[in-house]
Amino acid sequence: MARITLDGIAHAYAGKPRSDKDYALKPLRHVWEQGQAYALLGPSGCGKTTLLNIISGLVIPSEGRLLFDEKDVTHLPTEQRNIAQVFQFPVIYDTMTVAQNLAFPLKNRRLAQPLIDSRVAEIAEMLGLTADLNRRARGLTADAKQKISLGRGLVRADVSAVLFDEPLTVIDPALKWELRSKLKAVHRALNLLMIYVTHDQIEALTFADKVVVMNDGRAVQIGTPAELFERPEHTFVGYFIGSPGMNLLPAQVNGSRAFVEGSEIQLGASYPVLPSGQRIQIGVRPDYATLTSGPGVAVRVRRIADLGRKRLAYLSLGQHQLVASVPPDITSIGDEARVAFDPKHTLVYADDVRVPGAAA
Amino acid sequence: MTSKPINNYAWLFVLPVLAFVMFSSIIPVMTVVNYSVQDTLGANSFFWNGDAAFRALLDPTTEIGARFNDALFRTLAFSLASLLIEVPLGIAVALCLPKKGWAVGISLVLVALPMLIPWNVVGTIWQIFTRADIGLFGAALTGIGLPYNVTQNTISAWTTIVVIDVWHWTPLVVLLSYAGLRAIPDAYYQAARIDGASRWATFTNIELPKLQKVLVIAVLLRFMQTFMIYTEPFVVTGGGPGSATTFLSIDLVKIALGQVDLGNAAAMSMVYYLITLTVCWVFYTIMTQIERRRDV
Repeated sequence: MARITLDGIAHAYAGKPRSDKDYALKPLRHVWEQGQAYALLGPSGCGKTTLLNIISGLVIPSEGRLLFDEKDVTHLPTEQRNIAQVFQFPVIYDTMTVAQNLAFPLKNRRLAQPLIDSRVAEIAEMLGLTADLNRRARGLTADAKQKISLGRGLVRADVSAVLFDEPLTVIDPALKWELRSKLKAVHRALNLLMIYVTHDQIEALTFADKVVVMNDGRAVQIGTPAELFERPEHTFVGYFIGSPGMNLLPAQVNGSRAFVEGSEIQLGASYPVLPSGQRIQIGVRPDYATLTSGPGVAVRVRRIADLGRKRLAYLSLGQHQLVASVPPDITSIGDEARVAFDPKHTLVYADDVRVPGAAA
Repeated sequence: MTSKPINNYAWLFVLPVLAFVMFSSIIPVMTVVNYSVQDTLGANSFFWNGDAAFRALLDPTTEIGARFNDALFRTLAFSLASLLIEVPLGIAVALCLPKKGWAVGISLVLVALPMLIPWNVVGTIWQIFTRADIGLFGAALTGIGLPYNVTQNTISAWTTIVVIDVWHWTPLVVLLSYAGLRAIPDAYYQAARIDGASRWATFTNIELPKLQKVLVIAVLLRFMQTFMIYTEPFVVTGGGPGSATTFLSIDLVKIALGQVDLGNAAAMSMVYYLITLTVCWVFYTIMTQIERRRDV
């Protein structure tokens, strides 16, 4: 059990970084609290696996310090860190039974046999592997193998954190839910710090208390799923999270009004004079831009997508494109329509970073 | 169920292969079978001999039977010695080779170099290399006072032949093992580190099980080749001193071409061939059975 602190951790695989581009992981300061479930979310190659491997000790960071509670473990070898890690592809020891697989980390640490047996039985019970204990691990299904990988981590009583590196990639979709709820149950039962790497936003948002969104080696926002949805701090978070992502429209902002292609849009806050030379955009999620029969911004309708539970309208505003939701009371839609933006959820971005506004 | 259409054009694709196999394997083997049941007194006149040659061969009280028994024992001993050295050594070298970077290509080529040398040349190289008067290896050993003499000392002759084979063919085991090792995903090594496994535990629990398939191939190939060894003893020791390095293949050539005893030589060829085939089949079956049992 521990709190993990990243103190300016950064990594460049090629050694001495000369420019910002050389970093696989740009300097990061963050505290992972004991007992919380975190998700690291980002596209492939954004540095999330690098960050995970730094925590587990498979990669030694080129800069910064890593603390478990108050102890500096930056250069401590993996096997002394009490970290459990589950990999993308299930790793099991082919020649061993399930029980021997689970006992392996304890055997390597020379624990007494009765102690090993009781720990293995306990963990097998928790993961639902008891019936398979004496079978060869090799013949089992991928999800059972992932449970064994997880079990090998949990079997150590002193484990500080469990790291998951896209653990559900090779699991059948039908079994994904089951295994994920198992992970949640384990998390609640053991009160462990868990860090879960994924590029699947649904996985991240359902698993984690807090999500770290990463892009291009940088942690662009750390927050609860609701925060990421309602207040994306970066345009990347806006369009990466949510399906479809946030609409981003180049705009001029004047006080509490924004102008897109000459159309006026009311904002929920008043903004200071934004420095010229920066790229100013307004962002609004499709959920907060609705087609309306009342007053609104005139748009051209390209097509309507009926998703069953809701309908989405793909629109053009001048030369820009946006997506809005269609309320159930609007039945006939022509080529022209009007769209209303919810001022509270219409945010302003300067060079991709959200500008906080003053209450209007 | 769909019924399979019968199309006689398929024969057009199969027949060339059949014809090729006829000429490359079946007809030559049948010639040997033909000789094995006949005897000759020269002048190209043959007469029916039945299974007499086979009976004599498998009966150790006859002269030819005793000779065959000795040669068979020597050959098996040689195969066993070579395998026991080459397989562990090959795995060990493969584990030491660099895993990435520019050094990979260079070291693989250097390791593979002995395999590229033709058998006859290998024999000649070692014949000169081991000469006690001018050979680097032979002169060095005699120089430090060892009783090393390939043509007179049985132990010298045996070790030399084994060393030649190890030098010539360990690279094959190295290359196969190296390929097998490279195919193990990094996650296995990372998991082993997290599980606190020692280097030895990593080897026995991850690397060796994952190498099993390539090692079966390596052992089969090396068994077949060592069991059929001919050129090296022929060039370096001539089968001597005495008959100390007269392996089955050497004896076979002596009987067939030296004594022109075609009946006995053909019978010996058949038995020789069947032994190789049987050992390989048994070994392969056992290994694949073990493999299959593991999945249950």
